[in-house]
Amino acid sequence: MRKVLAAVVAFAATLVLAAPALAHPHVWVTIRSQILYAPDGTVTGVRHAWTFDDMFSAFATQGLPQQTKGQFTREELAPLAEVNVTSLKEYSYFTFAKADGRTVTFLDPKDYWLDYRDAALTLHFVLPLKQPVAGKRLELEVYDETYFVAFEMAPQGPVTLHGAPTGCKAAVRGPQPLSTELAQRLSQLDAATPNLEDKLDDSFANKITVTCP
Amino acid sequence: MSGRAICAAVLVIAAAVVIGGLPELAHAQPFGMARPAAPAADGGVASWLLVKQAEFYRALSGAVRAAKADGTAAWTLLGLSLLYGIFHAAGPGHGKAVISSYLIANNETWRRGLALSFLSAMVQALVAVAIVAIAAAALGATAKVMGDAVRVIEIVSYALIALIGARLTFVKGRALLRALRPSAAAHHHNHHDHDHDHHHAHHHHGGPHDHCCHHDHAWGHGHAPEPEDLAGAGGWRRGLAAVIAVGLRPCSGAILVLVFALAQGIFLIGIAAALAMGVGTALTVAAIATLAVMARGLAARFATARPGAGMIALRGLETAAAVAVLAFGLLLLTGYLASERLLGI
Repeated sequence: MRKVLAAVVAFAATLVLAAPALAHPHVWVTIRSQILYAPDGTVTGVRHAWTFDDMFSAFATQGLPQQTKGQFTREELAPLAEVNVTSLKEYSYFTFAKADGRTVTFLDPKDYWLDYRDAALTLHFVLPLKQPVAGKRLELEVYDETYFVAFEMAPQGPVTLHGAPTGCKAAVRGPQPLSTELAQRLSQLDAATPNLEDKLDDSFANKITVTCP
Repeated sequence: MSGRAICAAVLVIAAAVVIGGLPELAHAQPFGMARPAAPAADGGVASWLLVKQAEFYRALSGAVRAAKADGTAAWTLLGLSLLYGIFHAAGPGHGKAVISSYLIANNETWRRGLALSFLSAMVQALVAVAIVAIAAAALGATAKVMGDAVRVIEIVSYALIALIGARLTFVKGRALLRALRPSAAAHHHNHHDHDHDHHHAHHHHGGPHDHCCHHDHAWGHGHAPEPEDLAGAGGWRRGLAAVIAVGLRPCSGAILVLVFALAQGIFLIGIAAALAMGVGTALTVAAIATLAVMARGLAARFATARPGAGMIALRGLETAAAVAVLAFGLLLLTGYLASERLLGI
């Protein structure tokens, strides 16, 4: 009987160790975002500028034709930008917003391009709202629930308001640094969670809150 | 009674290995890279592994840059790569589930388990080096071309895993069926049924006896040769197929580091880093393989003590492990499972 127990324990240990653990982030993105307002004070969309880490940037630009070594023009990067925005669609551009507590919908990106500076690619794109929204409180979150892409707010000027009514203020809270506790909570999130609310997990989302009087 | 209960328990655990070992469900790729689905909900160990992987991985790019400026920093890069390999091998992919299942199903020795683990990890590192060296360094290919190459290699790798699994399932499933028919087996050489003939033919070149059950021919001839027979060409050839099947698919982290090192003009240091990752991966996979072989050995000892239910449980376990290898191959092949992948942009 003891042998059997030992066998069971050994199998259990094998199972635990052989079970796939979590994947770690392979891409790091530094976010700068601009909230766009119409003259009537409604929010029309978000302009993102996402800067990739140097390792991913080197990978993504490998072998791309370039006129000057170490530099890429916007035109040279145009096909890559196209692929980026196309493949981001499936992930809702990692951008989730609510106006006064109600989820808002984004359309496909426009005005997108990539630039390359200091060995890092930056993807610029505008996410227009399907319908402009007015509201006292806009919440915008940027995150990858599977943590393949790690998003970080730019240390300086992560959020600006473009044409906002006077008195509107943006507050930013970045995700907590990755800890074992957070990793465990991440691991309990389900990719197939149908409810947006359940997906919005304060602990690892970059949260921008704009309040207007 | 207790024999049956134990038998059931072992089967349940075997099934758990199959289910628990499955990598994440496939997702398409943001920025053209595949990514795994939401991580499995396991406890603290996995979280700790994730944190460590992320730390070491994040430190790699800095180490590559430092190595460019200062040659001695290359040692830091190698150390980090080794650590990254050790922790990352516990993540999705890297064949530890396939290798473990293969070892259990095939009743491999510990020594061969270690050899398979190391060889597959080194093949994996070398494939990453070869892809980047040929595609990127020599041909100046884009990330997309490298991604396409990886995809083709992946398909071949998964198909090979499925083939190995199918073969194991066939052999082990037959042994299980025989174990489940003790009455037929009791009059063995009287019933010259289909199974039996094949069985004898198959084991002509393998060892005639299973060291776990030589006492009882009723449970069928063993499918594992004695350790001394393993050096034979046939045994190693089978093992080599598993090594190639598992090792073919390169790891995303290695490819990224290699391309980054290439971009920094220190490709050779990048190659050393990829090999160090391979050694780290090998250590982890070997540790898991050791556990798998130990578990299999214990189960075999228990089975010897109980020729009836015990042998059925053992054959059931082998069959489940064989089915697991087949399932890994098929699910990976059909895209229902994605191990950590790197796709073109």
